[in-house]
Amino acid sequence: MKEAAVEERQQSCFAKLKREFRSSDKVGYIMVLPYVLHFLIFIAYPLVFAFILVFCKWDIVSPMEFAGLRNIERLMRDTTFWTAVTNTLRFLALHIPLQIVLALLIAVVLNGPIKLRSFFRGAFFLPFVISGAVVTILWQQLYSTDAGVFNLVLTKLGANPVPWLTDPSIAIYSIAVMATWKNIGFYIILFLAGLQNVPRELYEAASIDGADKSTQFWKITLPLLSPITLLVVMLSTIGGFGLFIEPFVMTGGGPAESTLSVVLYLYKNAFQFLRMGYAATIGFALALMIFVVTLVQRKLLDVEQPY
Amino acid sequence: MRAMKKILGYIVLAAAALTFIYPFLWMISASLKPENEIGSLNLLSENFSLKGYLAVFTQIPIARALLNSIFVSTVSTACVLVFSSMVGYALARLRFIGRDTIFNVVLLTMMIPGQLTLIPMYVLIVRLGWADTYKALIVPAMISNMGIIIFRQFFRSLPQELVDAARIDGCSDYGILFGIFWPLSKPSLITVGITTFIGSWNEVLWPLIVIRKWDMMTMPQMVTLFSVGGLAGAQVAAQMAAATMLALPVVIAYLFFQNYFIESLALSGIKG
Repeated sequence: MKEAAVEERQQSCFAKLKREFRSSDKVGYIMVLPYVLHFLIFIAYPLVFAFILVFCKWDIVSPMEFAGLRNIERLMRDTTFWTAVTNTLRFLALHIPLQIVLALLIAVVLNGPIKLRSFFRGAFFLPFVISGAVVTILWQQLYSTDAGVFNLVLTKLGANPVPWLTDPSIAIYSIAVMATWKNIGFYIILFLAGLQNVPRELYEAASIDGADKSTQFWKITLPLLSPITLLVVMLSTIGGFGLFIEPFVMTGGGPAESTLSVVLYLYKNAFQFLRMGYAATIGFALALMIFVVTLVQRKLLDVEQPY
Repeated sequence: MRAMKKILGYIVLAAAALTFIYPFLWMISASLKPENEIGSLNLLSENFSLKGYLAVFTQIPIARALLNSIFVSTVSTACVLVFSSMVGYALARLRFIGRDTIFNVVLLTMMIPGQLTLIPMYVLIVRLGWADTYKALIVPAMISNMGIIIFRQFFRSLPQELVDAARIDGCSDYGILFGIFWPLSKPSLITVGITTFIGSWNEVLWPLIVIRKWDMMTMPQMVTLFSVGGLAGAQVAAQMAAATMLALPVVIAYLFFQNYFIESLALSGIKG
């Protein structure tokens, strides 16, 4: 009895699906086919494969070996990996505040009655458009200890030259300044869009109540921009975890691993040491960290939305 | 007081603009200078020459890399526009089984960072025999989630009467998409097009992994390896010349279409 009922239900389910299929737009299946194929081959399959690799030891040449949880244990104990994570945090500790303060300052000035606004906007956005390869190759020279532009200016001013990229306590911050320079144009545009959305009546009401310009900035502008500030924090954090070309070109991760980024360490494990399983494990750890950061910041974003 | 503030604002902007433009001018100037004059703040020299550029052309196949980059970026961008708008159209205007599931998958997979699948993707490319081919650079980049989302959103805003009228005239869905929707979606096409092209043009990590032969390399990859790999040695002028050549096409396009660039990249940066 029971089996018959199940069968019947299955049949009716099947019939329903058939009806649905008949009444659907068949061309839709063909139109989404490229995406489905792309998803299966270039997203789903690599994801599953990456997950399997976490539990394997593999140098690409010889056959894969099951390694259990050894990759994960190794990651926990790997001081080099944690150095890379710490380097990312040191990078963000300078990059994020610097980015927000400068981008906001420039956006506020640009939002005023300024001539040549589109020229300035264009100038600030230029480095964002240009390849990271160009920017890093160029800045490597600007940072050069003997003949770099920064040290030329410093020595002209009577100061001592700074070993921008060769001192382990400075190098990652030099990279952070460069990354700020490259990306700030993008964040200026975001802040500018946010500033233009602040209702004028708020300022008018505030000045009737006798609030001066700086009070207006701290009490109206800044709180209303907080969703954008958080977006900036989120995007720069994700960008910071993805740091690769900068240390790859400028320092190779040195001196003394002080600029080694997580992605560069992943790259080295995979393509220099041929530790594919371990590299995949680093990839998962990286994705997990990005995911957690995004989640936390999304939560904050929801809570603090003032509109 | 007012005037003071205004002047202060201009000083801030001018100083900032100088810090953003001067390094690029310095790069171009250094690419033209003899080595012993590069360590200077002065942008001009009486000894400007094209020696740096000559060194680049004789030491690496940079012209080939330029053609490779143009080909790869153009084809990827064209594919992204066609395929993403097709998927966006299906998700926005058609009814079929699994439509909402697919849209959710698009949204979900957008959050996956590329570094996660880097290793398996490399293995896949090697197994397919695609290492050192254009396929390795183009095929995985033929469709974009961000593109699908932008097109779907825009296509949903177009009036249904357009579709109905076209159907009565016997127009197929492909006809509606490419004949009626495309001409109306120039802003979306520009946004997705510029973002994809610039992203593809500037990409370094992926080519570094799947391309090893010098004559298959893209330009950013080759210029990077030229600087890092010691090929350029201590020739700073040659390095700057290579970097200048890599930047130039984008800078020229940017000068002409600045506002499109800013709007497109800002918009897709937020969505992506």
